[in-house]
Parts: sequence; C-alpha cells; structure tokens
Amino acid sequence: MVRVDGSGNGLVHVRGLDKKYQRGSEEIHVLQGLNLDVDAGDFVAFMGPSGSGKTTLLNLLGGIDLPSAGSITVAGDEITHMSAAKLTAWRARHVGFIFQMYNLIPVLTAFQNVELPLLLTKLSATERRKHVETALEIVGLKDRMRHYPRQLSGGQEQRVGIARAIVADPTFLLCDEPTGDLDRKSADEVMELLSRLVREHHKTVLLVTHDPVAAQRAQTVLHLDKGVLVEGRAAEVR
Amino acid sequence: MKFRHLIFANLFRKKIRTTLTLGSFLVALFLFGFLAAVHGAFNQGLEVAGANRLDVVNKVSIIQPLPVAYQDKIARIPGVALVTHANWFGGVYQDERNFFPQFAIEEETYRQMFPEFIVPDDQWNAFIADREGAIVGENIAKRFHWKVGDRIPIKGTIFPGTWEFNVRGIYKGSRPQDDTTQFWFRYKYLEERQNPYWKGLVGWYVVRIDNPDDAARVAGAVDETFANSPWETKTETEKAFAAGFVKQAGNIEFLLLSIGSIVFFTLLLVTGNTMAIAVRERMRELAVLKAVGFSDAFVLALVMGESLFLAAIGGGLGLLLAKLFTLRGDPTGGMMPYFYLAPTAVMLGLLAALAVGVVAGILPAWSAMRLRVVDALRRV
Repeated sequence: MVRVDGSGNGLVHVRGLDKKYQRGSEEIHVLQGLNLDVDAGDFVAFMGPSGSGKTTLLNLLGGIDLPSAGSITVAGDEITHMSAAKLTAWRARHVGFIFQMYNLIPVLTAFQNVELPLLLTKLSATERRKHVETALEIVGLKDRMRHYPRQLSGGQEQRVGIARAIVADPTFLLCDEPTGDLDRKSADEVMELLSRLVREHHKTVLLVTHDPVAAQRAQTVLHLDKGVLVEGRAAEVR
Repeated sequence: MKFRHLIFANLFRKKIRTTLTLGSFLVALFLFGFLAAVHGAFNQGLEVAGANRLDVVNKVSIIQPLPVAYQDKIARIPGVALVTHANWFGGVYQDERNFFPQFAIEEETYRQMFPEFIVPDDQWNAFIADREGAIVGENIAKRFHWKVGDRIPIKGTIFPGTWEFNVRGIYKGSRPQDDTTQFWFRYKYLEERQNPYWKGLVGWYVVRIDNPDDAARVAGAVDETFANSPWETKTETEKAFAAGFVKQAGNIEFLLLSIGSIVFFTLLLVTGNTMAIAVRERMRELAVLKAVGFSDAFVLALVMGESLFLAAIGGGLGLLLAKLFTLRGDPTGGMMPYFYLAPTAVMLGLLAALAVGVVAGILPAWSAMRLRVVDALRRV
C-alpha cells in the first residue's frame, strides 16, 4: 500500500521532504514538503516531466543525496541525520541501485560486477560465488557470467545491473530510468524481470520512468509535479 | 586480498598507458641503481676503511716516497700496534687498457694489517717462499682467467721493463664491498730490480693503532717525529685518506644527487598526470562503487593502491635490472673496482619509488574520496 497523504508507517516512510538547489543567485525548490509511505513488496513508479525531481527523490531515498528538510526512515533507520560513513554502510545493506546507463565497470566480467556488493560482506569466496550465480540465474544470464560488459547487449547489461542490485538482498530497489536506454523489446524484458522480482521474490521496487508502458507494470504510479507527489493509478502486479 | 582484482583490472584497462608508466619507473629506478653503484664505487674506500688504521704519506704529495727506515721509528710510537708499507707499481697487463692496482707489499705484515682479505695459509706460504710470487684478487683473476701457478708478465710504467710474476694465491674479500682487483707482490722483488734511486724507499705506510679514539694523537705524533726532515709525513685516518681521493674526482655526490632529483621529479610529474587522468576518466565508476556501499576510505585506498602498485612493480623491475647490470662487474674496465649495488641502496630506491607513488597518487585519490556520488552520476 502506497500513501502520499502523510498517513501510515510503511517500510519507506518520508515526511515533509524538502530539497532546494542553489543555481547562481536563483534558488530552485525541487521537492516541497513531500510525504510518502511505501510498504514492503510494493512496486511504485514515479513519473513526471523532466526536472520535476524524480531522480532527486530517488537519490534522497537511496541516501546518496541529503534533503534540505524533512525525514526519511527506511526499515526503522532514520537516514537523514546519519554520518556519511554510516550512510555508506546503510546503503550497502539496504539499497540496490539500477541505473539508466547500467553503470557496469567495463574491466570487470558480469560475475565480478555482480559480486561487487558482496565484497563488502563477510561471505567467503564460495558463498559469494553461490550468491552471484543465483542472482545471474534469476536474470537469465548465468551462462554469460564470464563476459565483459562490451560483449553484452544493452538489455543484457541492464540485467547484469539488476543482478548486481539484488545480489546482496537489499531492503528495496531504486531504479532510475532502467529502460531509458533500451529498445522496446529489451525494455519489456527488463520490466518483466522487475515485476517478477516483486511477484516471486517479494522485492520492494521504486522506479523512476518517463515511459508510460514501463510504468504500467507498477502497482502504483505517482506523479511528481512542481515538487509535490500526486497519486496516479494503482494496478495489479502483472 | 579479495579486492586485488579491482586494482589489476583498472591498471590493465589502458595497457599502453600502464606500460609506459611502468617504463618510466623502470628507467628512473635503473638509473638510480646505476648512480648508487657509481656512488658506492667512488666511496668504496670510505666504506671499507678500517677505523683503527692510519695512512702515512709524504707531506708533499702521495706520489713522493718515504724512507723504509721510518717503519721502525713509527712502530716505536706509543699506541702503534703494527706498521706495514706498500708501493704503487702502476704496470699494465698485455694492453694499456688492462689497468688495475698493483702493490709491492711488505709480506711480513701486510696480511695481518688487512684481515678483511682472506688468503689460504698454504697459498700465502707459497707466496712468501717465491721471490717472484704474487697474490691476486678474486675479481682480477676472474677477469684475466688467472689461476694459481700461472706466470704473469706485467709491463712497468713507473718501473721500466717487463716484470714476471708467479701467481701463488688468490685472495677473497670478507665483505661484498672489499676490493678484490688488486695484485700484490713482494717489496723485496721490487727493491732488487728497480733503479738505484728507489732503493730504500716505499710509497706509503699503513699503521694499525691500539685504540681508534687515539687516532688524532698518534697521527700527530707520527708527523711530529718526521717534522723538519727531508721526508716529512702527512698522517690521517684511512677514512680521511679515502675521502681525499674521492674529492679529487670532483663533487660526485652533488652531481649524482642532482641527476637523481631531476629524474625523480620528472617521474613524479609523469605518474601524477597518469593517475589524475586515470581517476578523472572513471569518476562515474567510482561513484557507482560508492553508491553500492564502498566507503570513501576504500576509494582512496583503491587509487593509492594502483599508484603504489605501479611504483613497486616498475621501481622493483628497474632496481632488479640495475642489480643484474652491476653483477656483470665494473663497466669501465678497472676505474671502478667496487661497482656494487648494495642492499641498502636497493631498499632506499624502493622507498623512493613508493614515495613517488604516494605523492603522485594522493591528489587524485583525495579527489576520488571527496567525490559526491550524485554529481558524478549526473556527468555523462
């Protein structure tokens, strides 16, 4: 269940979130007193025009940017006042990022890219291997784990990116335009994969997209307009 | 260790750049090793100088002789334990390029005076028993393929004629820096054959004293004993004597230091530039690492690790090559008998390379550490 009216106490609990940027002498108010509650297992899509603050919201939820005011609590952790070091450790435990440009490290194989978040854990090499193989199996690329990003198609690269995001079993996935750089067929495959992660693996997914077709996959679509969230359409997970 | 593939993968993403940077370290550290060996060659006398030995030479010049009669007088000075003497022969073997030091020594005391040179007893006894006997250093024997029993003709330059010697022994140094390019023969043989002018004269004396702390007093006493005589003396410690020799060749230390500093400064610029470019072109990747949970300190360590790896491998290879080069021996054919890269110089070179690695890497590593994830991900 997703709420934007300031009621409830979900897995992701946002209250009065403000974000302002200074551009020269001009102050840009990107997010204004935003409230949001997302429960575990929700699949939420954020839509809105360019510059509406979608990516900013995602960055704030992922702890890679700091709000001007307000609070963000994820699974009981209030992250807005954490030190940089604590926030980094928190991200490793709770957040799986999926980027528009995949952001794989080109000199590492698919296996090594997926393994990255696990290097921060105390898992043994054997355990890490097992986790990575499982993640790559979920995204259907176990047979490509020795391939480098340049040897994969865009869709495959994004699936490796998804495997990297889920391998450490984070609390939620933050997807910033994951289909923005893909053709329709690959985009559909990626969105189907994200839906499957919600449906079969009970992941919580927060997605930013411009693509209405991609957004249709979400249970809830929220529109960001002038820094305020407006509830759109709720749908069943396909 | 589980992170090492991150360092290697990043280093080998631009193979040519990495190879060139490694090459810069290699060349610089090879040069460092070579210069250290040259420095060592010039200062060898200082390193091996005995703390309890004094050299007594003619006050006018080292090439002026001293009377052989001084030996007993010096021996009677309180604090003196042993006195020996030697003469510079200055001959050549077969060809004038085959230069090496030959000394006419006083066989009764010379061996006791220099215990760092090791000669087997049977060989020494054979040397004493043979008027034309000679003891040669291990290096010079190797250079000319001499062995015990060989008859060696040496053409005199100061003492005319061809002098024939029988190799009766080969000495070794007890330390790696000991000079084993010398050729010793008996003073009595020289005295017998030389021009009457030289009879009863020796080149210099070497004096062993009981207590090294007493060196200044004994040196003063020696010089005072022969003051106002036709053969006045100048006595100094073996170390001071060797330092005087080094000074004659000019300010080698300053020259080597200048060349070394310029090379290391250039290396610093080259490596600093390489690391700066390497970090700049993968800001986005570093941001992704931070986004997935790698700490600022880890990113700093990653970049520093790459810089230090380049320094250690490139520098290590350069020093290894320099070591191999010095193992081939004196490249000048006799001017630098002690051409040796000491382990301390290797360690110093490695530390200098790592210091360059640290300084070259610290600014790019710092900027990578301070990188804001949001800003870096926004860049295309």
